[in-house]
Amino acid sequence: MERFAHLVDSLVYTRSRNGKLQLIADYLRETPDPDRGWALAALTDGLDFPAVKGSTIRNLLMDRVDPLLYALSRDFVGDTAETASLLWPEPLADPGPPPSVAEAVTALQGMTRATAQAEVAALLDRLDANGRYALLKLATGAMRIGISARLAKVAFAQAFEVSVDDVEEYWHGQFPPYAELFAWAAEGAPAPDASHVPLFRPFMLAHPLEGPAMAAMEAEFPNYAAEWKWDGIRVQLVHVNGETRVYSRSGDDISRTFPEVAGSLAIPAVLDGELLVRGSHQGGEEGGAASFNALQQRLGRKVVSKKMLAEYPAFVRLYDLLIREDEDLRPLSWEQRRAELEAFVPRLDPARFDLSSVIAAGSLDELAVIRERARDEAIEGVMLKRRDSPYVTGRKTGLWFKWKRDPLLVDCVLMYAQRGSGKRSSFYSDYTFGCWDGDPDAGAELLPVGKAYFGFTDDELKWLDRHVRNHTVHRFGPVRETDKSLVFEVAFDSVHASKRHKSGVAMRFPRINRIRADKPAHEADRLNALRALIRD
Amino acid sequence: MSAPFAWIRPEPHGIHVVPADTWIDPARPVDSALVTHGHADHARGGHGRTIATPATLAIMKLRYLTDAGSTPVEYGETIRLPGGVDATFVPAGHVLGSAQILLEHAGERVVVTGDYKRRPDPTCPPFECTPCDIFITEATFGLPVFRHPPIEEEIAKLLKARADNPERCVLVGAYALGKAQRVIAELRGAGYREPIYLHGALERMCRLYEELGVDLGELRLVAGMPKGALAGGIVLCPPSALNDRWSRRLPDPITAMASGWMRVRQRARQKMVELPLVISDHADWDELTRTIEEVDPGCTWITHGREDALLRWCQLHQRKARALALVGYEDEDD
Repeated sequence: MERFAHLVDSLVYTRSRNGKLQLIADYLRETPDPDRGWALAALTDGLDFPAVKGSTIRNLLMDRVDPLLYALSRDFVGDTAETASLLWPEPLADPGPPPSVAEAVTALQGMTRATAQAEVAALLDRLDANGRYALLKLATGAMRIGISARLAKVAFAQAFEVSVDDVEEYWHGQFPPYAELFAWAAEGAPAPDASHVPLFRPFMLAHPLEGPAMAAMEAEFPNYAAEWKWDGIRVQLVHVNGETRVYSRSGDDISRTFPEVAGSLAIPAVLDGELLVRGSHQGGEEGGAASFNALQQRLGRKVVSKKMLAEYPAFVRLYDLLIREDEDLRPLSWEQRRAELEAFVPRLDPARFDLSSVIAAGSLDELAVIRERARDEAIEGVMLKRRDSPYVTGRKTGLWFKWKRDPLLVDCVLMYAQRGSGKRSSFYSDYTFGCWDGDPDAGAELLPVGKAYFGFTDDELKWLDRHVRNHTVHRFGPVRETDKSLVFEVAFDSVHASKRHKSGVAMRFPRINRIRADKPAHEADRLNALRALIRD
Repeated sequence: MSAPFAWIRPEPHGIHVVPADTWIDPARPVDSALVTHGHADHARGGHGRTIATPATLAIMKLRYLTDAGSTPVEYGETIRLPGGVDATFVPAGHVLGSAQILLEHAGERVVVTGDYKRRPDPTCPPFECTPCDIFITEATFGLPVFRHPPIEEEIAKLLKARADNPERCVLVGAYALGKAQRVIAELRGAGYREPIYLHGALERMCRLYEELGVDLGELRLVAGMPKGALAGGIVLCPPSALNDRWSRRLPDPITAMASGWMRVRQRARQKMVELPLVISDHADWDELTRTIEEVDPGCTWITHGREDALLRWCQLHQRKARALALVGYEDEDD
């Protein structure tokens, strides 16, 4: 555990990507199995111990530290595991040597809700502050130390000089501590066989169309095909051996949340598409999809009621075909895959699958006009895909671009601020803002309409933090109420009617577009202006 | 003045000693000021009369280029202020010249700690516990997560990073007054005899420390040194220069920062620090609470810092306490 704790600590303080890769690669080469496998799983968010939750740690601390002192500490530190590691009282008696990673994992796996508190405490007693931090991060399954799963996989590839695409491919059929994966990469054993399991293949992603790419697109346009960017969630469907999985963008298995979709693919294939809910809201030539708001009713549910299935029936609008009946189409060009997809879709249940159309546009200017319509039709924007692009993992420059519709803008007044977490810890970086419920000069009040915590630069954050501290009128625990003098220009993708909010509206994807320190608060927008933008 | 302690009033811009019409560490210019120590947020310029220890006055003169109105008072010496108030300066152990101020009036005793620490510091005399009725304490590190490790461990980390990277240099961000000189003195105490290199902004204060009798060994300015000469060296700079263009002249520096805030990982990350050194000139949580127990005042007033938590601790330990809301102290600096 000390070696792993040291790795975690070094990763926290190492800025350069290469430095991080080096640290992880060294660790993976020098640490024996199964410790390195468990560590790798922790870094890639692959560990889950159902008996140990954030609340387990909180309760553990509450037994030893005054609840208010704990809450104030947590608020300042901005991270539960770190707070606990610093607050943990040193044991009175010698607790024994620190556990290995494998020993800690075995202990964590064996815990039940009833025993977790005492057993985690016993482990914590055997570690120093850095070890406690690493253990708690590992136990709660959220490292959040600036290491993406992708980075860890690149480091794995680097450590053993194997191809990172191979690592990605074999990864999803394997389970921690990845004995087969290490045997293959480190000792030259045969590669894990993945043909019989419904594997997730990492998505091909797009760059935003802006700056130099936008300028170059004018001339390059004939080499690209345009498609709608539907406002749902990107999914991958995999059918192998009579089994179907629906994967989200991050590779999470969401088959159980959308059983009607998972149940209607019976041909061995891997498909890429947008999961949507039937409705009349999203336009385009196909029509037939509801707003994202409707889809949200279905997201994150482990059990789906019949009523849900009837009210919000899901379907997938297909973008791409990766594998068809054991034939890997990914090396083919987009154009060839598109032809295969068009031939494939008629074999599918039309209630659950349709084809995302290609937009006919002769030039970028023409496409720009079509994109303008996206708002009225509640579509997120358009995609541009290079006609000769193979299907490759991640964001490869120049192949795919996303061109989202321009955001909506509204001027709001800062009302409350809260400290951020992670790298924003201690900064007042989460802002709640409001619009006037009528004429402010006639005594109308501000009603909160949204909350945003990005859109500003680091320097602006420092300025905002200072503004909040100097303009606080009330404190409610971690929340500060400000004097309602600062105007934000807030950008957002859409706004929906909401019964849960006093203002009656809920914004989608709000962010601070500009700080309008020059604008008097009473000139900020009124709620009616925001309500007028609802397209539900 | 009839009510007890009505003669001492916390105002937003400082603590007002009413009968003497004198302010302690006021945040804006006043006719008469008592100053605990030389940090800029406590020792502002422009007062009609400034009463402080000789070292603090020398530091203020260095910064404000004038010593008009200076009234020096040695540690342990008492000065009689108008309105029948006696003020005594007691070592606070924070930086050179730092003092707690004991105020006595009508048989009542109030101690204002200013900033203080309890750990030994080779650059200034140690904190002395002074019995009093009201103890006005700082609370910069007033959260139980703050437990500063022994400074020897942190200095050893610094020396190890240097030894492990002979082709690089270690660049330590340290506040110009107090922290920089303490880090240098502790390095000397650990047997480090090489020249220590300074950013120009640290030079005058180090020289002043030397004039006031603190031995810092051989110091050299970075300016004018060839890049290669600094490989394997230790360089000190103000925190603001850590990620500044200035540091590009150094050979692949390991960015270190000497501050109590380095205890919290995300703070170190925000400052883009690779080598956090938990070295503080303030009392940590255990020191703050132990000091309240040792001083054992009738009431504790808590200022600048994390007042809420220390107030809570006082309540849990059946001690009378209140939090003051003073403005203008840079609670993030250490």
